[in-house]
Amino acid sequence: MTRWTRKDLLGLEELSKEEILLLLDQARAFKEISLRPIKKVPALRGRTVALCFLEPSTRTRASFELAAKRLSADLLSFQGNSSSLVKGETVVDTARNIEAMHVDVMVLRHNTSGIPALVARSVKTSIVNAGDGSHEHPTQGLVDLYTIQEKKGRIEGLNVLIVGDVLHSRVARSDFWGLTKLGARVTLCGPPTLVPAPMEALGAKIAFRLDEALPQADVVIALRLQLERQQERYIPSFREYTKLYGIDQEKLARAKPDLIVMHPGPVNRGVELSPEVADGPQSVILDQVTNGIAVRMAALYLVAGASHSEPADLPAPQPDPAEVGT
Amino acid sequence: MPVKAQVLDGEGIRKVLVRIAHEIAERQPADAALALVGIRSRGELLARRLARLLEEFTRVMVPVGALDITLYRDDLGLLSSNPVVHATEIPFDVTGRRLVIVDDVLFTGRTVRAAMDALADLGRPQTLELAVLVDRGHRELPIKADYVGKNMPTAREELVQVRLSESDGIDEVVIEEKQP
Repeated sequence: MTRWTRKDLLGLEELSKEEILLLLDQARAFKEISLRPIKKVPALRGRTVALCFLEPSTRTRASFELAAKRLSADLLSFQGNSSSLVKGETVVDTARNIEAMHVDVMVLRHNTSGIPALVARSVKTSIVNAGDGSHEHPTQGLVDLYTIQEKKGRIEGLNVLIVGDVLHSRVARSDFWGLTKLGARVTLCGPPTLVPAPMEALGAKIAFRLDEALPQADVVIALRLQLERQQERYIPSFREYTKLYGIDQEKLARAKPDLIVMHPGPVNRGVELSPEVADGPQSVILDQVTNGIAVRMAALYLVAGASHSEPADLPAPQPDPAEVGT
Repeated sequence: MPVKAQVLDGEGIRKVLVRIAHEIAERQPADAALALVGIRSRGELLARRLARLLEEFTRVMVPVGALDITLYRDDLGLLSSNPVVHATEIPFDVTGRRLVIVDDVLFTGRTVRAAMDALADLGRPQTLELAVLVDRGHRELPIKADYVGKNMPTAREELVQVRLSESDGIDEVVIEEKQP
């Protein structure tokens, strides 16, 4: 089986299919821990995880925090508005300072694409990208893969439809890379202003009409319409967007009966999803949230394992007792 | 790796398991809520075989769980990458049970220490015992098995390989010499 050797988790684009499958496989092993009366294992005891969210987040932050705590890691939290970044310190300097405090893993969210990769090159601390600009959100991509695998039993050969503001969505990019590597067919759907045409060259199908694309889909991932970007006039009006690209029961009635509906959250109820669909039997949105913890436990566990300082002054590791019997 | 000796063949393993199953049955109080917990991966296979034998002898169903101890290993920080974790599946409440931990080889005792910690996080068993197919010595912790298939003196550098038909296609226990 593949071993995890990367210091960082920056995106799904650079991962091999085997590495993605290893992460999903580990997440499966970690899921049971959250169902125990004592939701804690000592795997990262004595390790420190820093959460550096330099852009607002509730769900991803809470999910990483619980994942780290359930692995017994110690936690350090930084937020954009209360850190020295507002005093003008660069993010690389902040990261070097965190590294100097002997933190093992830094979970980093930033509104500029590429910042986690830049930081990863500058420090020995492991970096987990928790969303950078419109680039990638690898753990959310893994959550979506995990949830599809869990609900559908497979990923290969499925038709997955990603609907909405693909242009600004890092989740859409991570989903696209992960799904494509695991053999799903990905269709991107939305108004032409919000679906980047060059993604067709990477292997995505592009559709501008949801009513035509939805009936073929096995999975639909609705993206959040980023309300704060409304004044940039990507869409004529919310009402038009909702009429054409919002998923309601009427559109769902013409889709496959076993279609599952996903959303990375937070949902704009009545915009991309009608409340009946968001809360309906085909919605797996809350399963995505539950699975998020197991996936992030797997990511922290694997990345922390690869970040050990060179064990030069330690005795040579004993053979794996699982292989020789201890 | 050169094989130094085959210590148990298929028939040998079968006889040893039959004896251990009888010993476990003999020591249980009549009303005992017995369950077996096998350490992944070969301990789990042995636990399933023992459970079948116990059911045959006592006509009582014995639940079996599978325990992965990876997250409780004391050398996690020393390895070059964190080992793959497998799911722990214990389909019963361990609290109040008489549990027997089952593993293939007892060596340093560190795996058993990890298993005890892992079980303590799942509940409070009434009693905890240990059954192993092979005890090869060289303990590094104060741990002793309650049921031993075969005591096998070994050199520290040798490897004891247990192969089971379910995972390896053959039932045997061999001692292998490590390449110099």
